[in-house]
Amino acid sequence: MTELWTSLPEDLRTVVVILLKIVAVLVPLMTAVAYTTFAERKIIGYMQVRLGPNRVGPKGWLQPIADALKLLFKEVVVPTQSDRYLFFIAPILSLGPSLAAWAVIPFNDGWVLADIDAGLLYVLALTSVGVYGIIIAGWASNSKYALLGAMRSAAQIVAYEIAMGFALVCVLMAAGSLNLGDIVRGQQGGLLHWYWLPLLPIFGVYFISGVAETNRAPFDVAEGESEIVAGFHVEYSGMAFAVFFLAEYANMILISALTALMFWGGWLSPFPESWSHWPMVGGVLDDGLHWFLLKTAFFLFCFLWFRATFPRYRYDQIMRLGWKVFIPVTLVWIFLEGVAVALKIEPWFA
Amino acid sequence: MLAPIKNFFQTFMLLELFRGLRVTGYRLFTRKFTIQYPEEKAPISPRFRGLHALRRYPNGEERCIACKLCEAVCPALAITIESEERADGTRRTTRYDIDLFKCIYCGFCEEACPVDSIVETHIYEYHFERRGEQIMTKEKLLAIGDRYEAEIAAAKAADAPYR
Repeated sequence: MTELWTSLPEDLRTVVVILLKIVAVLVPLMTAVAYTTFAERKIIGYMQVRLGPNRVGPKGWLQPIADALKLLFKEVVVPTQSDRYLFFIAPILSLGPSLAAWAVIPFNDGWVLADIDAGLLYVLALTSVGVYGIIIAGWASNSKYALLGAMRSAAQIVAYEIAMGFALVCVLMAAGSLNLGDIVRGQQGGLLHWYWLPLLPIFGVYFISGVAETNRAPFDVAEGESEIVAGFHVEYSGMAFAVFFLAEYANMILISALTALMFWGGWLSPFPESWSHWPMVGGVLDDGLHWFLLKTAFFLFCFLWFRATFPRYRYDQIMRLGWKVFIPVTLVWIFLEGVAVALKIEPWFA
Repeated sequence: MLAPIKNFFQTFMLLELFRGLRVTGYRLFTRKFTIQYPEEKAPISPRFRGLHALRRYPNGEERCIACKLCEAVCPALAITIESEERADGTRRTTRYDIDLFKCIYCGFCEEACPVDSIVETHIYEYHFERRGEQIMTKEKLLAIGDRYEAEIAAAKAADAPYR
């Protein structure tokens, strides 16, 4: 086995290693996406004082698999008046970026596919590309509902992209780096040093913008089933629809992971360093992958919690919140933080 | 003067949103109301109006005397009755059909019946597989009555003090 491995050309080995790493990230991610849909139905069910799906398999645990199989065997209907090629490019274009962004997410100290210095910029770029999938889907479907959904979604994402970008500027000013690993390392020193406290309003703005970016309730006017049926994906069925679904949930997990990384210290443990030397539980209390996963899961839960709690915003309210509240708040905060950094005031200047 | 300022800060700190989150967060842990249908069922009133049945007297004689009050009262015109004189001189039905697609389960037939013959039972789990099966004939109605006489009588007895 080792001989076979060493006999391969150097470049091929690099490619194989990279592919294996990608699989190692994507397979758990896809499983997480599938079970997020299950968790969503279950948690929202519980919050509405009902049980949620519990029939397929023990306690309903096979439900996502049954759902996936159902969608797989369904016919993909292509509307006759649609643009055939764009119609199929759209779901791929919306799923692709949400998966590609995981390349720069550090799961633990040094556990990252591509440790690039412009990681934050790369994430921002890719999450913006995702909206093209929605716009193209709306256009290619040749349906008024789809087009309306796509237009709403485009305007909304443009508005919140700016607030999100400004929020990230605050983070990079505090961390002094665009590398996600360095941003997490900049937060070392316990719960109170994580950026959620020094950047509290920015944390709020970022997470709410993140919810809006992923077109999730209460900002889901792009779907708006009560008024425009299902928005941009009315005409999609079967696997083409499933890919949109995957993209939405992959984006949710991505935003949760980014929030955990940038504001809640990623893989850092909330407990003091000395606790990690305790017998038995020391390993759990130490920094590690599990803290990152736990924080991500919590924010993912918040997404579902919001959906169970808040009614959908009216469209003009969404625009008002984005342009007239978030952007001024972040601008003022950037200025204040700039002053704090210039005067080298802790904790904004690390 | 102070109210707008107070309101501004309340909005800004998302107070009302957090209050909403608390409600749903609390409900996450409360007891669920779901009834797991095929295994669990909701309790049924003795007045429940389900599938129809024709009853008999304990001696086996059918109660229905073909007075056609039920046919007359039926608001959906779901009941069709034909009758003739039997050999012993009593009037009996030769045909008693209820079209369950027309029936609205109002229970007027049961109210109108002077001899407690036509009743609506507690049965609500039934289905039709072919066109035409929704016509409940006299034979089918009597068969249901024979089969569930004990339950029907019990429901009647339970409801008797209140009417």
